[in-house]
Amino acid sequence: MGLDKYQIAQRIAQEVKDGYYVNLGIGIPTLVANFVREDIDVEFQSENGILGMGPFPFEGEQDADLINAGKQTITALPGAAFFDSAMSFSMIRGRHVDLTILGAMEVAQNGDIANWKIPGKMVKGMGGAMDLVASAERIIVAMTHTNKAGDSKLLKACSLPLTGVGCVKKIVTDLAVLEIRDDVFHLLERAPGVSVAEIQAATQGELVVSGTIPEMTL
Amino acid sequence: MIYKTVGDVHQACQGVQDGMTLLLGGFGLCGIPENAIAELKRLNVTNLTCISNNAGVDDFGLGLLLQSRQINTMIASYVGENAEFERQMLSGELNVALIPQGTLAQRCQAAQSGIPAFYTPAGYGTEVAEGKETREFNGKMHVLEHAFKADFSFVKAWKGDTAGNLIFKGTARNFNPNMCGAATITVAEVEELVPAGTLDPNQIHIPGIFVQRIFQGAHYEKRIEQQTTRTRDHGPR
Repeated sequence: MGLDKYQIAQRIAQEVKDGYYVNLGIGIPTLVANFVREDIDVEFQSENGILGMGPFPFEGEQDADLINAGKQTITALPGAAFFDSAMSFSMIRGRHVDLTILGAMEVAQNGDIANWKIPGKMVKGMGGAMDLVASAERIIVAMTHTNKAGDSKLLKACSLPLTGVGCVKKIVTDLAVLEIRDDVFHLLERAPGVSVAEIQAATQGELVVSGTIPEMTL
Repeated sequence: MIYKTVGDVHQACQGVQDGMTLLLGGFGLCGIPENAIAELKRLNVTNLTCISNNAGVDDFGLGLLLQSRQINTMIASYVGENAEFERQMLSGELNVALIPQGTLAQRCQAAQSGIPAFYTPAGYGTEVAEGKETREFNGKMHVLEHAFKADFSFVKAWKGDTAGNLIFKGTARNFNPNMCGAATITVAEVEELVPAGTLDPNQIHIPGIFVQRIFQGAHYEKRIEQQTTRTRDHGPR
Protein backbone atom coordinates (compact mmCIF):
# COMPACT_ATOMS: atom_id res chain seq x y z
CA MET A 1 0.00 0.00 0.00
CA GLY A 2 1.25 3.42 -0.91
CA LEU A 3 4.14 4.48 -3.09
CA ASP A 4 7.77 3.66 -2.48
CA LYS A 5 10.34 6.45 -2.65
CA TYR A 6 11.05 5.84 -6.32
CA GLN A 7 7.37 6.12 -7.16
CA ILE A 8 7.08 9.36 -5.17
CA ALA A 9 9.99 10.68 -7.24
CA GLN A 10 8.34 9.40 -10.41
CA ARG A 11 5.10 11.26 -9.63
CA ILE A 12 6.97 14.48 -8.80
CA ALA A 13 8.89 14.25 -12.06
CA GLN A 14 5.57 14.87 -13.85
CA GLU A 15 5.61 18.39 -12.34
CA VAL A 16 8.92 19.22 -14.01
CA LYS A 17 8.25 21.20 -17.18
CA ASP A 18 10.26 21.99 -20.28
CA GLY A 19 12.71 24.85 -19.70
CA TYR A 20 12.75 24.60 -15.92
CA TYR A 21 15.81 25.18 -13.77
CA VAL A 22 15.27 22.84 -10.82
CA ASN A 23 16.88 22.55 -7.40
CA LEU A 24 16.66 19.11 -5.82
CA GLY A 25 17.07 18.56 -2.10
CA ILE A 26 18.71 15.58 -0.42
CA GLY A 27 16.90 12.22 -0.26
CA ILE A 28 13.80 11.44 -2.35
CA PRO A 29 14.11 14.73 -4.31
CA THR A 30 17.49 13.62 -5.67
CA LEU A 31 15.76 10.62 -7.27
CA VAL A 32 13.45 12.86 -9.30
CA ALA A 33 16.21 13.47 -11.87
CA ASN A 34 15.98 9.80 -12.89
CA PHE A 35 12.34 10.09 -13.96
CA VAL A 36 12.19 13.37 -15.87
CA ARG A 37 10.94 12.90 -19.43
CA GLU A 38 13.80 12.69 -21.90
CA ASP A 39 12.07 14.86 -24.49
CA ILE A 40 12.13 18.03 -22.38
CA ASP A 41 15.03 20.33 -21.52
CA VAL A 42 15.64 20.73 -17.82
CA GLU A 43 18.71 21.87 -15.91
CA PHE A 44 19.44 20.83 -12.35
CA GLN A 45 21.03 23.31 -10.00
CA SER A 46 22.90 22.18 -6.94
CA GLU A 47 23.39 25.01 -4.45
CA ASN A 48 27.02 24.17 -3.76
CA GLY A 49 27.78 25.62 -7.18
CA ILE A 50 26.76 23.83 -10.35
CA LEU A 51 24.09 24.31 -12.97
CA GLY A 52 23.78 21.46 -15.43
CA MET A 53 24.36 18.67 -12.97
CA GLY A 54 24.65 15.24 -14.54
CA PRO A 55 24.37 11.68 -13.22
CA PHE A 56 26.82 9.91 -10.94
CA PRO A 57 30.18 9.27 -12.63
CA PHE A 58 31.20 5.87 -13.92
CA GLU A 59 33.26 3.95 -11.42
CA GLY A 60 36.83 5.21 -11.40
CA GLU A 61 35.86 8.60 -12.81
CA GLN A 62 34.93 10.25 -9.51
CA ASP A 63 36.37 13.73 -8.99
CA ALA A 64 36.73 15.07 -5.44
CA ASP A 65 36.23 18.57 -6.88
CA LEU A 66 32.84 17.69 -8.38
CA ILE A 67 30.04 16.97 -5.90
CA ASN A 68 26.40 17.88 -5.33
CA ALA A 69 24.81 19.46 -2.26
CA GLY A 70 24.49 15.99 -0.73
CA LYS A 71 28.30 15.66 -1.01
CA GLN A 72 27.87 12.87 -3.58
CA THR A 73 30.21 12.64 -6.55
CA ILE A 74 28.47 13.75 -9.74
CA THR A 75 29.23 14.75 -13.32
CA ALA A 76 28.73 17.98 -15.25
CA LEU A 77 26.65 17.83 -18.44
CA PRO A 78 27.60 19.68 -21.64
CA GLY A 79 26.68 23.33 -21.08
CA ALA A 80 27.16 23.13 -17.33
CA ALA A 81 28.53 26.03 -15.32
CA PHE A 82 30.28 26.33 -11.96
CA PHE A 83 29.90 29.32 -9.66
CA ASP A 84 30.49 30.47 -6.09
CA SER A 85 28.04 30.18 -3.21
CA ALA A 86 26.94 33.82 -3.27
CA MET A 87 26.06 33.58 -6.95
CA SER A 88 24.31 30.27 -6.33
CA PHE A 89 21.97 31.93 -3.86
CA SER A 90 21.52 34.89 -6.18
CA MET A 91 19.95 32.34 -8.52
CA ILE A 92 17.76 31.07 -5.69
CA ARG A 93 16.75 34.29 -3.91
CA GLY A 94 16.56 36.13 -7.22
CA ARG A 95 13.90 33.62 -8.35
CA HIS A 96 15.85 32.42 -11.35
CA VAL A 97 15.37 28.83 -10.24
CA ASP A 98 11.89 27.70 -11.34
CA LEU A 99 11.20 24.75 -9.08
CA THR A 100 12.42 23.58 -5.70
CA ILE A 101 11.81 20.01 -4.53
CA LEU A 102 12.69 19.18 -0.94
CA GLY A 103 11.92 16.86 1.91
CA ALA A 104 10.22 17.72 5.19
CA MET A 105 9.54 16.41 8.68
CA GLU A 106 6.31 18.40 8.99
CA VAL A 107 4.09 20.55 6.79
CA ALA A 108 1.23 22.63 8.18
CA GLN A 109 -2.03 23.45 6.44
CA ASN A 110 -0.99 27.12 6.20
CA GLY A 111 2.12 26.15 4.19
CA ASP A 112 4.65 26.26 7.02
CA ILE A 113 7.45 23.70 6.73
CA ALA A 114 9.84 22.19 9.30
CA ASN A 115 12.81 20.09 8.24
CA TRP A 116 16.02 21.06 9.98
CA LYS A 117 15.93 20.42 13.70
CA ILE A 118 14.41 18.29 16.45
CA PRO A 119 15.20 20.18 19.67
CA GLY A 120 17.41 18.24 22.03
CA LYS A 121 17.69 15.31 19.63
CA MET A 122 18.87 16.04 16.17
CA VAL A 123 20.48 19.09 14.71
CA LYS A 124 21.62 18.86 11.15
CA GLY A 125 21.11 22.44 10.12
CA MET A 126 19.06 24.06 7.41
CA GLY A 127 21.71 24.19 4.71
CA GLY A 128 20.13 26.05 1.82
CA ALA A 129 16.55 25.09 2.69
CA MET A 130 15.60 28.37 4.36
CA ASP A 131 16.84 30.40 1.41
CA LEU A 132 15.07 28.07 -1.02
CA VAL A 133 11.67 28.05 0.65
CA ALA A 134 11.72 31.78 1.37
CA SER A 135 12.18 32.66 -2.28
CA ALA A 136 11.03 29.86 -4.58
CA GLU A 137 7.83 30.42 -6.55
CA ARG A 138 7.16 26.70 -6.88
CA ILE A 139 7.96 24.38 -4.01
CA ILE A 140 7.07 20.71 -3.94
CA VAL A 141 7.55 18.75 -0.75
CA ALA A 142 8.42 15.07 -1.11
CA MET A 143 7.86 13.03 2.02
CA THR A 144 6.08 10.11 3.63
CA HIS A 145 2.58 10.93 4.86
CA THR A 146 3.38 9.73 8.38
CA ASN A 147 6.60 9.41 10.38
CA LYS A 148 8.14 6.18 11.64
CA ALA A 149 5.94 6.30 14.74
CA GLY A 150 2.89 6.46 12.47
CA ASP A 151 2.08 10.08 13.30
CA SER A 152 0.82 12.39 10.58
CA LYS A 153 3.33 14.81 9.05
CA LEU A 154 0.53 16.94 7.58
CA LEU A 155 -0.56 19.02 10.52
CA LYS A 156 -2.79 21.86 11.64
CA ALA A 157 0.38 23.57 12.87
CA CYS A 158 4.03 22.50 12.88
CA SER A 159 5.44 21.46 16.25
CA LEU A 160 9.10 21.52 15.20
CA PRO A 161 11.18 24.67 14.59
CA LEU A 162 10.18 26.13 11.24
CA THR A 163 12.24 26.29 8.08
CA GLY A 164 9.86 28.70 6.38
CA VAL A 165 6.40 30.20 6.80
CA GLY A 166 3.46 29.90 4.44
CA CYS A 167 5.56 28.73 1.52
CA VAL A 168 4.52 25.17 0.60
CA LYS A 169 1.82 24.81 -2.03
CA LYS A 170 2.17 21.21 -3.19
CA ILE A 171 3.01 17.95 -1.41
CA VAL A 172 3.55 14.48 -2.83
CA THR A 173 3.55 11.66 -0.29
CA ASP A 174 3.42 7.88 -0.44
CA LEU A 175 -0.37 8.17 -0.16
CA ALA A 176 -1.44 11.27 -2.04
CA VAL A 177 -0.86 14.46 -3.99
CA LEU A 178 -2.10 17.47 -2.05
CA GLU A 179 -2.29 21.19 -2.58
CA ILE A 180 -2.41 23.94 0.02
CA ARG A 181 -5.00 26.65 -0.69
CA ASP A 182 -6.77 29.00 1.71
CA ASP A 183 -4.86 27.54 4.66
CA VAL A 184 -6.15 23.98 4.24
CA PHE A 185 -4.96 20.82 2.51
CA HIS A 186 -6.83 19.87 -0.66
CA LEU A 187 -6.65 16.27 -1.82
CA LEU A 188 -5.85 16.10 -5.54
CA GLU A 189 -4.85 12.48 -6.20
CA ARG A 190 -4.69 9.15 -4.40
CA ALA A 191 -1.87 6.63 -4.67
CA PRO A 192 -3.03 3.47 -6.48
CA GLY A 193 -5.07 1.31 -4.13
CA VAL A 194 -5.20 3.90 -1.34
CA SER A 195 -8.64 5.09 -0.25
CA VAL A 196 -9.73 8.61 0.63
CA ALA A 197 -10.55 7.36 4.13
CA GLU A 198 -6.97 6.08 4.60
CA ILE A 199 -5.59 9.46 3.54
CA GLN A 200 -7.99 11.28 5.85
CA ALA A 201 -6.95 9.04 8.73
CA ALA A 202 -3.28 9.82 8.07
CA THR A 203 -3.81 13.58 7.82
CA GLN A 204 -4.02 15.51 11.08
CA GLY A 205 -4.56 18.91 9.44
CA GLU A 206 -7.81 19.97 7.81
CA LEU A 207 -8.27 18.07 4.55
CA VAL A 208 -10.75 19.15 1.89
CA VAL A 209 -11.99 16.35 -0.36
CA SER A 210 -14.19 17.64 -3.15
CA GLY A 211 -15.75 15.32 -5.69
CA THR A 212 -14.20 12.07 -6.82
CA ILE A 213 -10.46 11.90 -6.21
CA PRO A 214 -8.61 10.24 -9.08
CA GLU A 215 -5.81 7.73 -8.68
CA MET A 216 -2.46 9.10 -9.76
CA THR A 217 -0.95 7.76 -12.98
CA LEU A 218 2.68 6.74 -12.87
CA MET B 1 53.17 43.19 -9.35
CA ILE B 2 52.73 43.03 -5.61
CA TYR B 3 54.31 39.87 -4.32
CA LYS B 4 52.02 37.82 -2.05
CA THR B 5 53.89 34.54 -1.81
CA VAL B 6 54.98 33.15 1.53
CA GLY B 7 57.32 30.20 1.87
CA ASP B 8 55.06 27.74 3.59
CA VAL B 9 51.98 27.17 5.70
CA HIS B 10 53.83 28.19 8.90
CA GLN B 11 54.49 31.67 7.54
CA ALA B 12 51.01 31.81 6.07
CA CYS B 13 49.42 31.28 9.48
CA GLN B 14 51.62 33.73 11.38
CA GLY B 15 49.57 35.94 13.67
CA VAL B 16 46.74 33.51 14.32
CA GLN B 17 45.99 33.67 18.04
CA ASP B 18 43.65 32.22 20.62
CA GLY B 19 40.15 33.66 20.49
CA MET B 20 40.28 34.78 16.87
CA THR B 21 37.45 34.53 14.34
CA LEU B 22 38.29 32.55 11.21
CA LEU B 23 36.52 32.11 7.90
CA LEU B 24 37.24 28.76 6.22
CA GLY B 25 36.23 27.90 2.67
CA GLY B 26 34.84 24.61 1.45
CA PHE B 27 31.58 22.71 1.11
CA GLY B 28 31.66 19.44 2.97
CA LEU B 29 35.22 18.26 2.39
CA CYS B 30 35.27 19.76 -1.12
CA GLY B 31 37.64 22.72 -1.52
CA ILE B 32 38.69 22.96 2.12
CA PRO B 33 42.02 24.56 3.10
CA GLU B 34 43.58 21.27 4.21
CA ASN B 35 47.06 22.67 4.85
CA ALA B 36 45.84 25.60 6.95
CA ILE B 37 43.60 23.36 9.06
CA ALA B 38 46.53 21.01 9.74
CA GLU B 39 48.68 23.99 10.77
CA LEU B 40 45.96 25.40 13.06
CA LYS B 41 45.89 22.02 14.76
CA ARG B 42 49.68 22.00 15.11
CA LEU B 43 49.67 25.55 16.52
CA ASN B 44 46.98 24.43 18.98
CA VAL B 45 45.34 27.86 18.99
CA THR B 46 42.17 27.63 21.04
CA ASN B 47 38.91 29.38 21.76
CA LEU B 48 38.39 29.92 18.04
CA THR B 49 35.23 31.07 16.33
CA CYS B 50 35.09 29.24 13.01
CA ILE B 51 32.77 30.25 10.21
CA SER B 52 32.42 27.58 7.55
CA ASN B 53 29.47 26.00 5.76
CA ASN B 54 30.07 22.63 7.42
CA ALA B 55 32.12 21.26 10.27
CA GLY B 56 33.96 18.52 8.42
CA VAL B 57 33.67 14.86 9.41
CA ASP B 58 34.86 13.28 12.65
CA ASP B 59 38.45 12.81 11.50
CA PHE B 60 38.95 15.32 8.67
CA GLY B 61 38.42 18.95 7.85
CA LEU B 62 37.26 21.10 10.76
CA GLY B 63 36.43 17.87 12.60
CA LEU B 64 40.17 17.78 13.41
CA LEU B 65 39.92 21.04 15.37
CA LEU B 66 36.72 19.85 17.09
CA GLN B 67 38.50 16.70 18.24
CA SER B 68 41.18 18.80 19.93
CA ARG B 69 38.58 21.21 21.39
CA GLN B 70 40.10 24.23 19.68
CA ILE B 71 36.76 25.56 18.51
CA ASN B 72 34.62 27.50 20.96
CA THR B 73 31.98 28.73 18.54
CA MET B 74 30.96 27.33 15.18
CA ILE B 75 28.91 29.23 12.63
CA ALA B 76 27.69 26.92 9.85
CA SER B 77 24.63 26.00 7.80
CA TYR B 78 24.73 22.21 7.88
CA VAL B 79 26.54 19.90 10.25
CA GLY B 80 24.79 16.58 9.64
CA GLU B 81 27.92 14.64 8.79
CA ASN B 82 29.76 15.03 12.06
CA ALA B 83 28.74 12.93 15.06
CA GLU B 84 31.31 14.53 17.40
CA PHE B 85 29.98 17.95 16.45
CA GLU B 86 26.42 16.94 17.25
CA ARG B 87 27.55 15.51 20.58
CA GLN B 88 29.47 18.68 21.59
CA MET B 89 26.57 20.84 20.49
CA LEU B 90 23.82 18.93 22.28
CA SER B 91 25.92 18.73 25.46
CA GLY B 92 26.55 22.48 25.36
CA GLU B 93 30.36 22.22 25.09
CA LEU B 94 30.28 23.99 21.76
CA ASN B 95 28.47 27.21 20.91
CA VAL B 96 26.74 26.86 17.59
CA ALA B 97 24.95 29.27 15.34
CA LEU B 98 23.26 27.57 12.42
CA ILE B 99 22.37 30.02 9.71
CA PRO B 100 20.92 29.69 6.20
CA GLN B 101 23.51 28.80 3.58
CA GLY B 102 22.71 31.73 1.32
CA THR B 103 22.87 34.08 4.27
CA LEU B 104 26.28 32.66 5.19
CA ALA B 105 27.53 33.23 1.66
CA GLN B 106 26.11 36.74 1.50
CA ARG B 107 27.54 37.72 4.89
CA CYS B 108 30.97 36.79 3.49
CA GLN B 109 30.25 38.61 0.25
CA ALA B 110 29.07 41.68 2.19
CA ALA B 111 32.27 41.71 4.26
CA GLN B 112 34.33 41.45 1.06
CA SER B 113 32.35 44.27 -0.53
CA GLY B 114 32.19 46.74 2.35
CA ILE B 115 28.42 46.37 2.77
CA PRO B 116 27.71 46.36 6.53
CA ALA B 117 24.32 44.65 6.38
CA PHE B 118 21.60 43.51 4.03
CA TYR B 119 18.01 42.27 4.04
CA THR B 120 17.15 38.71 3.02
CA PRO B 121 13.85 36.81 3.05
CA ALA B 122 15.60 33.63 4.28
CA GLY B 123 14.67 32.65 7.80
CA TYR B 124 11.84 35.11 8.30
CA GLY B 125 9.34 33.70 10.80
CA THR B 126 11.84 31.12 12.07
CA GLU B 127 14.14 31.07 15.09
CA VAL B 128 16.95 32.32 12.83
CA ALA B 129 15.21 35.71 12.74
CA GLU B 130 14.71 35.99 16.50
CA GLY B 131 15.98 39.31 17.86
CA LYS B 132 16.77 40.64 14.40
CA GLU B 133 15.30 43.65 12.63
CA THR B 134 12.69 42.77 10.05
CA ARG B 135 11.25 44.92 7.32
CA GLU B 136 8.76 44.62 4.49
CA PHE B 137 9.83 45.20 0.92
CA ASN B 138 7.40 44.71 -1.99
CA GLY B 139 4.89 43.01 0.27
CA LYS B 140 7.34 40.43 1.59
CA MET B 141 9.09 40.29 4.96
CA HIS B 142 12.87 40.30 5.22
CA VAL B 143 15.48 39.90 7.95
CA LEU B 144 18.46 42.21 8.49
CA GLU B 145 21.74 40.28 8.45
CA HIS B 146 25.22 41.69 9.05
CA ALA B 147 28.55 41.25 7.29
CA PHE B 148 30.99 38.96 9.07
CA LYS B 149 33.95 40.46 10.88
CA ALA B 150 36.83 38.02 10.91
CA ASP B 151 40.56 38.08 11.61
CA PHE B 152 41.68 35.48 9.09
CA SER B 153 40.15 33.95 6.01
CA PHE B 154 41.57 30.59 4.86
CA VAL B 155 40.69 29.62 1.32
CA LYS B 156 41.74 26.93 -1.11
CA ALA B 157 42.07 27.40 -4.87
CA TRP B 158 43.19 25.18 -7.71
CA LYS B 159 45.77 27.49 -9.25
CA GLY B 160 47.21 30.76 -8.11
CA ASP B 161 50.04 33.06 -8.99
CA THR B 162 52.62 34.92 -6.95
CA ALA B 163 50.45 38.06 -7.12
CA GLY B 164 47.63 36.23 -5.33
CA ASN B 165 45.34 35.81 -8.34
CA LEU B 166 43.19 32.70 -7.99
CA ILE B 167 41.42 30.14 -10.19
CA PHE B 168 39.08 27.56 -8.70
CA LYS B 169 38.05 24.17 -10.05
CA GLY B 170 34.61 22.55 -10.20
CA THR B 171 32.44 22.73 -7.13
CA ALA B 172 35.56 23.22 -4.99
CA ARG B 173 34.91 26.91 -5.68
CA ASN B 174 31.87 27.20 -3.33
CA PHE B 175 32.50 29.68 -0.49
CA ASN B 176 36.18 30.25 -1.24
CA PRO B 177 35.80 33.27 -3.57
CA ASN B 178 33.25 34.90 -1.24
CA MET B 179 35.62 34.61 1.72
CA CYS B 180 38.56 36.25 -0.07
CA GLY B 181 39.02 39.75 1.32
CA ALA B 182 36.27 39.15 3.88
CA ALA B 183 38.72 39.10 6.82
CA THR B 184 41.66 41.26 7.92
CA ILE B 185 44.08 38.79 6.37
CA THR B 186 43.21 36.33 3.60
CA VAL B 187 45.45 33.28 3.24
CA ALA B 188 45.09 31.32 0.01
CA GLU B 189 46.54 27.86 -0.46
CA VAL B 190 46.70 26.46 -3.98
CA GLU B 191 47.48 23.15 -5.58
CA GLU B 192 49.69 24.83 -8.14
CA LEU B 193 51.47 28.14 -7.66
CA VAL B 194 52.80 29.79 -10.82
CA PRO B 195 54.72 33.02 -11.52
CA ALA B 196 52.60 36.13 -12.01
CA GLY B 197 51.97 36.64 -15.71
CA THR B 198 51.47 32.95 -16.37
CA LEU B 199 47.72 32.84 -15.83
CA ASP B 200 45.37 34.30 -18.44
CA PRO B 201 43.85 37.45 -16.86
CA ASN B 202 40.53 36.52 -18.53
CA GLN B 203 40.35 33.32 -16.54
CA ILE B 204 41.04 34.67 -13.06
CA HIS B 205 38.15 34.23 -10.60
CA ILE B 206 39.57 36.27 -7.72
CA PRO B 207 42.06 39.10 -8.28
CA GLY B 208 45.07 39.17 -5.97
CA ILE B 209 43.93 42.39 -4.30
CA PHE B 210 41.68 40.25 -2.08
CA VAL B 211 44.57 37.99 -1.00
CA GLN B 212 47.39 38.88 1.43
CA ARG B 213 49.31 35.58 1.54
CA ILE B 214 49.51 32.71 -0.92
CA PHE B 215 51.40 29.43 -0.83
CA GLN B 216 51.44 26.10 -2.60
CA GLY B 217 49.90 23.46 -0.37
CA ALA B 218 51.30 19.98 0.06
CA HIS B 219 49.89 16.45 0.24
CA TYR B 220 46.29 17.19 -0.66
CA GLU B 221 44.14 14.28 0.38
CA LYS B 222 40.94 15.65 -1.19
CA ARG B 223 38.84 13.09 0.55
CA ILE B 224 35.47 12.20 -1.00
CA GLU B 225 32.60 12.15 1.49
CA GLN B 226 30.05 10.18 -0.55
CA GLN B 227 31.39 7.98 -3.33
CA THR B 228 28.51 7.60 -5.75
CA THR B 229 28.96 5.94 -9.11
CA ARG B 230 26.92 4.16 -11.78
CA THR B 231 27.61 1.12 -13.86
CA ARG B 232 28.00 1.35 -17.61
CA ASP B 233 24.97 -0.81 -18.45
CA HIS B 234 22.14 0.66 -16.46
CA GLY B 235 22.13 3.37 -13.87
CA PRO B 236 20.44 6.64 -13.38
CA ARG B 237 20.90 8.87 -16.37
